[in-house]
Amino acid sequence: MITLENVTKTYAGETTIGPINVQIPSGGITSLVGPNGAGKSTVLTMMGRLMSPDSGRITVGGLDVAQAKSNEVAKTLAILRQENHFVTRLTVRQLIGFGRYPHSRGRLTVEDERHINEALEFLNLTALQDRYLDELSGGQRQRAYVAMVLAQDTEYVFLDEPLNNLDMSHSVQMMRQLRAAADDLGRTVIVVMHDINFASRYSDNILAMNDGQVTHFDTCADTMKSSVLTEIFGTSVRIIDDIDGPLAVYF
Amino acid sequence: MTKLSPTRPDGLVTSIGASKNPGLWSRTWPLLIGLMVTLSLIIASLFIGVYDLSSEGGREMFLITRVPRTLALILSGASMAVVGLIMQLMTQNRFVEPSTTGTIEWAGLGLILTYIFIPQPSLMLRMMVAIVFALIGTIIFFAFLQRVALKSSLVVPIVGLMLGAVVGAVSTFVALQAEMLQNLGIWFAGSFTGVTRGRYELLWIVAVTTIIVYFVADRFTVAGLGQEIATSVGLNYRAVMIVGISIVAITTGVVSVVVGSLPFLGLVVPNIVSMFRGDNLRTNLPWVVMVGIVVITLTDIIGRTIIMPFEIPVSMILGVLGATVFVYLIVRRGRRG
Repeated sequence: MITLENVTKTYAGETTIGPINVQIPSGGITSLVGPNGAGKSTVLTMMGRLMSPDSGRITVGGLDVAQAKSNEVAKTLAILRQENHFVTRLTVRQLIGFGRYPHSRGRLTVEDERHINEALEFLNLTALQDRYLDELSGGQRQRAYVAMVLAQDTEYVFLDEPLNNLDMSHSVQMMRQLRAAADDLGRTVIVVMHDINFASRYSDNILAMNDGQVTHFDTCADTMKSSVLTEIFGTSVRIIDDIDGPLAVYF
Repeated sequence: MTKLSPTRPDGLVTSIGASKNPGLWSRTWPLLIGLMVTLSLIIASLFIGVYDLSSEGGREMFLITRVPRTLALILSGASMAVVGLIMQLMTQNRFVEPSTTGTIEWAGLGLILTYIFIPQPSLMLRMMVAIVFALIGTIIFFAFLQRVALKSSLVVPIVGLMLGAVVGAVSTFVALQAEMLQNLGIWFAGSFTGVTRGRYELLWIVAVTTIIVYFVADRFTVAGLGQEIATSVGLNYRAVMIVGISIVAITTGVVSVVVGSLPFLGLVVPNIVSMFRGDNLRTNLPWVVMVGIVVITLTDIIGRTIIMPFEIPVSMILGVLGATVFVYLIVRRGRRG
């Protein structure tokens, strides 16, 4: 379980977030949605202890992320931010290997190699494992980062807009893989999403934010209602019932 | 909702082991060839010179100048190349090394000030002051870097070069006032000419720092993935940066005092190695060390032989070589977009 108690954050002088009080249950996929500047990424970043809140307490799986030892936190949660631009030339396999850093401190054991192989296989990267990251397409690279995060073998996985820069088919593929990570590997996945339809189709819960506040937290079925979505996004949203479930239309 | 699962090419799993272990031999022979090239250059360095070693006192001369000079080449070449690489990982910028961040110039300023305030300073004192100044300069550079959004941009080395130029100008002004401009000139022309027995031993310090790098290599590679990824996998980013900056300052300070400035060595070597072998620091370290030794020994041999019996300072040849590689890297990056 992830608990946020009275979490606040002020930055750039005026943007204020919180106070946020929310409990996200373990298991499944929870999507963070909301308009730009609502504070979704900031909240995710604070949950992943890459940024500390001004006040309040965040616990993930019972660990206070601000107090616990960084290496302990790294065995409980893994976070991937949107922009991962680095000049280091590593192969896909080497990158994923560094996901094992909290467990092995760099000297890979047989156990680590097994996790790396599984992550490669899980994201269909086995054939690309010896390629350098700068030789890959944007979608392939994104998969490599996600594989690294999964190889870290943490119960909680936080991803900040994993569909960014992905085309339609790669987006679908990525969401299926995340779904499988939740269902087959038992991970608790929290993602920041832009597309409400992607969010509703692949996640279990939707947490909506607006102006730095959590305005709505419910199951997908209860969120996919015209009145609710119109309020969340500040633009009129209709719901169409498709064979696979409700679809939001907002054109 | 229908349950979705990713497609898994199970057939590929068995091939992982095969492609991962290309055999001990095929991994070892390039290293052996590299080792042989390095060793033959070292031997060449030992036997190239004006003094006829077969004459009387040849053995003496060999031990007083040739051996120390060659050891100095090995130690400073290896350590400066490694320092360049860890700076590039820490800054996430391919163009960074002690001479494009002002670190060397700061060490130089420290040296000049020591000469002015303390008549006949000991080697140890000069070294300490050079290290402290290199540390200050590197910290200033990293403090600046925190304010740059795009860390891979060319702005980083440009500002570093400007910082270096300003500090260098201060050194020149101070030296001019104290009528020590000639000393400064000699110092800036990093050269192995004066490296003899009793003058190179401090360089063993950088052997120690290079060995330390080997043991913490993975931390630097992880730090090279950026603060966020590094933190996510539980690395103490701040501690790694402090260790890294200290290693950079100590190495640059020591090499500056004993040899002088060795521009671009830390830029050229890691970039060459990275092109062929990527950037996994621990597995690359032997290569960075070897190529560092090869480049510096080769440039020193060229400097010693082209106008025999005189010598051209190694820093001059390194400058020409380094500037060429620097331009090449920029152009190559430009083409890639």
